Amino acid sequence: MLAATARVTRDLDVAEECVQDAYVAALATWARDGVPDSPGAWLTVAARRNALNVLQRARTLQSKLPLLLEPEAEEMPEDETIPDDRLRLVFVCCHPALSREAQVALTLRLVCGVATPDIADAFLLSEPTMAARLTRAKKKIAAARIPYTVPDAAELPGRIDAVLTVIHLLATTGHTAPRGERLLREDLLERALDLARMLVALLPSEPEARGLLALVLVLHARRETRGELLADQDRSAWDRAAIAEADGLVRSALAEGPAGRFTLQAAIAALHAQAPSWEETDWPQIVTLYGELLRVWPSPVVALNRAIAVSMADGPRVALPEIEALERDGRLAGYRYLPAAKADMLRRLGRNDEAADAYRAALALAENAAERGFLERRLRELA
Amino acid sequence: MTQYAVMIFEGADELPPEVLEAHGALPGRVAELGGKIVAGMALQPAGTATTIRGDLLTDGPFLESKEGLAGVFVLEARDLDHALALAKLTPVVKGGVEVRPLIGFSGAMD
Repeated sequence: MLAATARVTRDLDVAEECVQDAYVAALATWARDGVPDSPGAWLTVAARRNALNVLQRARTLQSKLPLLLEPEAEEMPEDETIPDDRLRLVFVCCHPALSREAQVALTLRLVCGVATPDIADAFLLSEPTMAARLTRAKKKIAAARIPYTVPDAAELPGRIDAVLTVIHLLATTGHTAPRGERLLREDLLERALDLARMLVALLPSEPEARGLLALVLVLHARRETRGELLADQDRSAWDRAAIAEADGLVRSALAEGPAGRFTLQAAIAALHAQAPSWEETDWPQIVTLYGELLRVWPSPVVALNRAIAVSMADGPRVALPEIEALERDGRLAGYRYLPAAKADMLRRLGRNDEAADAYRAALALAENAAERGFLERRLRELA
Repeated sequence: MTQYAVMIFEGADELPPEVLEAHGALPGRVAELGGKIVAGMALQPAGTATTIRGDLLTDGPFLESKEGLAGVFVLEARDLDHALALAKLTPVVKGGVEVRPLIGFSGAMD
């Protein structure tokens, strides 16, 4: 409803007010005449009518201003469908002219309807800080005139990637809180799942949207066991239906030619989710998939994950030089999983003193209570 | 249409002839793509600037940076996507451009 109304006003604050006015009108009208057959449609029509009135008033005002000469043609096709409006709103919220933080906050606020205090809470920020971030972003959208359009075919791949990245960020933030005791933020994960489903419905021919949905589904399937290392998780607690759905989506996305980074990540996640245990995982296949992922997305984090998979497929002796290369590379300095992975490989090679040093280095960087607990346990076992 | 200022931040001291030529051709290229350059100005090098802060005069630009403000033009475009596509045509040797909407020619209701 907000999306449809914002198309008319081109101003999100005004649109929000129009929607609220529509709810107020509904309370009065429905109490008198009964609830209509389609309350959602009634509200959308009412909100858009409010928006058109606001627009009309603004135009009248404008016609008196000599500087603003050309009133624009009325550009609201009547047969505009709601799904297109939602998609437009998603592309506005994830516009590359907005910072990633603003994209994430706007998507939660305007597409998912999450209240500002809850968004602030999810990202460990104060409410005024988050409110200011949202206000600034909405002002920029209005003043710089970020368009309410679905990008054309030439631009679409780059723009979709921003949308997918925002949804993925929500899911991973939901999956591992950066700090504190509570590792799972189910709300964010649920929102990411809703958004990913919506995106697949709105962009059915986009394989990466399916890849992303599969990836979020696997995270969601494992929500009960999060906080344990993947190797130690109780796999009987995983949601098998969600994993099966993810597997189907991965297969369908892979069938459409060269896979993108979300599809490849989903393929890896689905393989893990289907393995009977950590040891019995199809490690050679996972090494291959990480190799592909590294090709389309050359990130040192992907290289680290590949090295961990190599240590399982071919042994820690083969993988350790890759870890040492990443240390020399320097881009992962301060990233806690690098010393943690190194510690694990050294421990498996029986090089206990060096392993203990690496565990201590990882502990110095880890903030999450569950991860700290694991690292401390390993360190005690070595002593 | 909305108006945007395009501020050119250029790190090169001397512009090669082909860049100057491209600057000359810019209004035509913008017009071909449905936009319009309404006004424009090129600035003398930062070393010629004088800054006034309160009562204090200093020799040089307000903001010292490797890529100083070298010019500004005003662009008319349908929306930000259009404006960004047009602003990308600006020839720059070393640096970039900043695109910012103008007050009075932007906003929700026009």
